[in-house]
Amino acid sequence: MTDYVRPRDLDEALATRAAHPDWMVLAGGTDLMVNAPHVVAPAGILDLWRLPAIGFVRVTDEAIAIGAGTTWHEVERHPAIRARMRPLAAAAREIGALQIQARATLGGNVGTSSPVGDSLPVLLALDAELEVASVHGRRRVPYRQWCTGYRTTQLRPDELIVAAHLPVPGPATRTTWRKVGTRRAQSISKVMGAAAITLDGDVVTEARVALGAVAERPIRIAAVEAAVRGLGLGQAAEAARAAVRATIRPIDDVRSTAAYRREVAENLVARFFSMS
Amino acid sequence: MKVTLEVNGVERTVECSPWKRLLDVLREDLRLTGTKEGCGEGECGACTVVLDGEAVNSCLVAVGQCHARRVTTVEGLARGEVLHAVQRALVACGGAQCGICTPGIAVCAAHIVDHDLIGECDDQTARARVRELLAGNICRCTGYQLIVDAVIAAAHEALRGSGSEGGAERRADNGAARGGDQV
Repeated sequence: MTDYVRPRDLDEALATRAAHPDWMVLAGGTDLMVNAPHVVAPAGILDLWRLPAIGFVRVTDEAIAIGAGTTWHEVERHPAIRARMRPLAAAAREIGALQIQARATLGGNVGTSSPVGDSLPVLLALDAELEVASVHGRRRVPYRQWCTGYRTTQLRPDELIVAAHLPVPGPATRTTWRKVGTRRAQSISKVMGAAAITLDGDVVTEARVALGAVAERPIRIAAVEAAVRGLGLGQAAEAARAAVRATIRPIDDVRSTAAYRREVAENLVARFFSMS
Repeated sequence: MKVTLEVNGVERTVECSPWKRLLDVLREDLRLTGTKEGCGEGECGACTVVLDGEAVNSCLVAVGQCHARRVTTVEGLARGEVLHAVQRALVACGGAQCGICTPGIAVCAAHIVDHDLIGECDDQTARARVRELLAGNICRCTGYQLIVDAVIAAAHEALRGSGSEGGAERRADNGAARGGDQV
């Protein structure tokens, strides 16, 4: 029989996690429950849904901290996120549909780190840092180092994800996000990408570019970031396209083909650096 | 595990694994078979119920998570013999065919109308908004035109103040569920 704990606070959650590292850590369940009828029941469930300690959005001039238990519905509606991190609000609005957005959480997206997690390229482009905790203390991990492979992360068996910390992009940095799927809502992406591009006039001084669904995990495309530095928009678009072509190795699967993904990824990244 | 939850205003207790899906508890333990299983993967919305003021896929909720929480299923939309405005509009507009998706659509649409999620806008924008809000409810029989017509008609009725009497009460529920230090 599956055990079940709904902790009152973070200390109880961390103590339960330390005592039962084999238990399922569950929040909205939109990913983990999909296979529920087809898998062996977990030994226990550590239910973090609506745990107050991880349900917050804290805004300062420099950064926004989003608690791991925050749903995408809440992210999408938050005025500061909408105003200062538009790509994250935009991605939130296209994660599943209303029923999924009401339950799916930032911590869940980061915890599963699916290669098609819609928010994940945005977290890479915005240079997010994750805060994780255990009974031994807290640590921060840059999100670009978080995913270690297909649905594997740096999270240790006694740790829980507490929050993502996102630096607010400066006025010279433009940020974008784009998803390509079979249907506007509720579709699992064929390709999606995000970028944060810092400009001096029309010249790219720095760029962070991330893609999802083109590798076993969401990835930053360092070759693009290097290729566009110092180039004007437009010229940078062609350099970015070539760098994407030379770098990514997408796969054929039920949702799309490698050839289609490659072409769409090239177009998508090129558009990030177009003039308009 | 003993799970006590409020379903359609009535406190119910079931003895089962906390891992059991809310969908299965509703259908098997509580014999509320109005809620349908379509895909079982959170894609189709046939199993939509309202949980603590949010429309959710009951196939993706572990019932342990529902202890001390409130659920409304399609059986709870009507007040006695009086159908919810959305149900009346679905009937009037012919917004149903085989019926598998209909309970989920009725629950989701009632949630949309009761919480005024469409907002004040022109008709074209309202229709686009309804399509986005209902994107998680998939119908494979036919198009969405008549369903959208029904939701728009029900929303107009609610605006005229003759919507279901449960509307205001549900709105208050939602406010409480979203309260506290959240966002």
